Amino acid sequence: MAAGEFFDEMHKPDGGVRDAYTGYQAWYGEQEKSFLKRKHRDAETAFRRTGITFNVYGEDEAEERLIPFDMVPRIITAHEWRKLTKGIEQRVSALNAFMHDLYHRQEIIRAGRVPEHLFRNNAAWLPHMVGFTPPGGIYTHIVGIDLVRTGPDEFYVLEDNARTPSGVSYMLENRETMMAMFPELFMRVPVESVSNYPRRLAKSLAACAPACAEGKPVVAVLTPGIFNSAYFEHAFLAEQMGAELVEGRDLRVVDGRVAMRTTWGYKPIDVIYRRVDDEFLDPLSFNPDSVLGVPGIMDVYRAGRVTIANAPGTGVADDKAIYSFMPEIVEFYTGEKPLLPNVQTWRCSDPESLAYVLDNLAELVAKEVHGSGGYGMLIGPAASKRELSDFAAKLRENPEGYIAQPTLALSTCPIFTNRGLAPRHLDLRPFVLVSPDKVDITPGGLTRVAMKPGSLVVNSSQGGGTKDTWVLKD
Amino acid sequence: MLGRTANSLFWMFRYLERAENTARLIDAGLRMALTRDSVSAEEEWRSVIETAGHRRGYEAKNATYTGMQAWNYILRDKDSSASVLNTFQQIRSNAREARSAITSEVWEAVNDSWLQIKDMLARPVGEQRVGEVLTAVRRAGTLAHGAVLGSMLREEGFHFARAGTFIERADNIARIMDIKYYLLLPSLSYVGSSMDTGQWDMVLRSVSGDSAYRWLNAGQIDARGIVSFLVLDERFPRSLAYSHAALRENLAALARIHGIEGTSNELMRESDTRLSGLSIEDVFDKGLHQFLTDFTAANSSIAQAIAQDYRFLA
Repeated sequence: MAAGEFFDEMHKPDGGVRDAYTGYQAWYGEQEKSFLKRKHRDAETAFRRTGITFNVYGEDEAEERLIPFDMVPRIITAHEWRKLTKGIEQRVSALNAFMHDLYHRQEIIRAGRVPEHLFRNNAAWLPHMVGFTPPGGIYTHIVGIDLVRTGPDEFYVLEDNARTPSGVSYMLENRETMMAMFPELFMRVPVESVSNYPRRLAKSLAACAPACAEGKPVVAVLTPGIFNSAYFEHAFLAEQMGAELVEGRDLRVVDGRVAMRTTWGYKPIDVIYRRVDDEFLDPLSFNPDSVLGVPGIMDVYRAGRVTIANAPGTGVADDKAIYSFMPEIVEFYTGEKPLLPNVQTWRCSDPESLAYVLDNLAELVAKEVHGSGGYGMLIGPAASKRELSDFAAKLRENPEGYIAQPTLALSTCPIFTNRGLAPRHLDLRPFVLVSPDKVDITPGGLTRVAMKPGSLVVNSSQGGGTKDTWVLKD
Repeated sequence: MLGRTANSLFWMFRYLERAENTARLIDAGLRMALTRDSVSAEEEWRSVIETAGHRRGYEAKNATYTGMQAWNYILRDKDSSASVLNTFQQIRSNAREARSAITSEVWEAVNDSWLQIKDMLARPVGEQRVGEVLTAVRRAGTLAHGAVLGSMLREEGFHFARAGTFIERADNIARIMDIKYYLLLPSLSYVGSSMDTGQWDMVLRSVSGDSAYRWLNAGQIDARGIVSFLVLDERFPRSLAYSHAALRENLAALARIHGIEGTSNELMRESDTRLSGLSIEDVFDKGLHQFLTDFTAANSSIAQAIAQDYRFLA
């Protein structure tokens, strides 16, 4: 596709600047090129020093890598943000109601709006959760909604990350870095603050504490350990919340509570913000070979004596086959039309859709139903003949395992290069906190940007970078 | 605080202290080698390797003792878990484990040093570069300790970090003295003629005590003076007496915070009783080597008791 076919969030086709960027443009125009180039280099040093790195699976040498950071902010107006917020609230409330229904009466299936096989064959479905209501009735405490934009008013939900969404530390550190590099910019352009996210998270988690919690609830972040790709973020959030950062080996069930080994002895935990997958929670219930879990934790959980965020079994909801039913799900539980549209999705399990997908694979994006992180996906327009035919074979072999979507004309925003500004495709992941009291959305989020010209893949595991995301004040 | 986190803090600072002392040792060896003939230079590097606890590993790879081989082995041998490079790897991974219990200042001090030292040790270190490498390793300790003192809450974490520092320091100093103990026997200073002041200077340098010693003793070098300086002088921050006085304070603070004394406090008191009122004559009567052996053993039982008292391990 040629330039101009994509919606650029900063520049209008006539070369002018859109409203959101006028303040930034005025500042940018005054800066010396050499100053910006120097800052561009400084940013990387700053990130390496703070230790914001991630580990890439399957790469021994580059054990810790930096996600490229681009210093041109991605800017959203207050008006746009309000609209997004409403849509996200609606969607997240529906997701939570859906989870509760799935593990209880399954009204939505009885009503024939969602087929039963969808979750019956779903590996993320947990029989342990049937008939059980988590403390506060909350399943999805922390959600990352991936949005893409294709036009002035066209935002789509691309994915609901309802398991353990990551990336929030980048939202925070990108802002810190920007403020350190360009303090005067923040004096000129009024930007909503994101820095209280850890406090909001701590508050939201505490509000979901089980009834047996005494006094101020004890919150801990459960990490798989320093070799996990997101360990930096786990440590960062624990530090910022003033919570303990625990591993499975620090935990044990003591007197019917989950307790951590402190220098004082075992101390009960009320809320576990877990950053491990379900199957690594409890070797007794899930994976007898796992060394990462806590034997017996599920029994304590089912007795209502600890909160696990997000609830085990929520993975059902961020499956891409379920995703395709989200419009029905939103309508069923909220009685309203979805405010944020889905991207059109063909379920390859359906023979007619499969036939269409196979005929049009070169124009589509095909994804594994259970995949994430940009692994196991095919971008038709960018694929070679060989890749297309290999993928078609996979589709025929296991159609239930795949969905396909049109190749979206993702919006662009400029990144800073040594030759000046250049447009790149991007997406947006706002972070949503859910407690019995409210749905709380921090004004900002993680903007992921493809660093290669023309590329539509923004995943960090595939070389994508990040930007600071600004929501302007009114 | 988690027991595991306390363990990470404790070891992070033990390794940091160890790396720093190793750098001092190489520095002293370097100086000796430069002022000696080649035969005694070789002897000197043998002794440095021995003191740093690397003899077996080194001799498996090297037939001779040269400075270049010796410092490259100690600094950057990939197969030696005790190489400075691997020690820094340990420091950093313990710092990552304890990341939520240390301040950004401490983390950045350690992480910066790690990035710099990893880079410096990526290729063999020649004569022109060895000095700056050793400086960087010593500075890593200075920066981290400065960050700890200036930014960390006087809570458990602080005291575990300090306890690790002083346990390791006491151990390292005792080992350095023990390797050279035969030089420090009082009889030699009576004999006078065979007294090798260069060797003694080396001992002092390897604990960065040469100028402090000269300041206090107006240049008079003898076995009695050096041993009493390194063992008993509480003014010198790298003496055994100072290390244990500082350790005692950290352990007392931990007991205060926890409201209960443990085995570590008890062992600390026993060690105090043995050291307090000790004169240099007592040390020589017992035999310096025996004294140091007993001291090292007591020191490591205190370390084990700390791990036990504060549930470092499950």
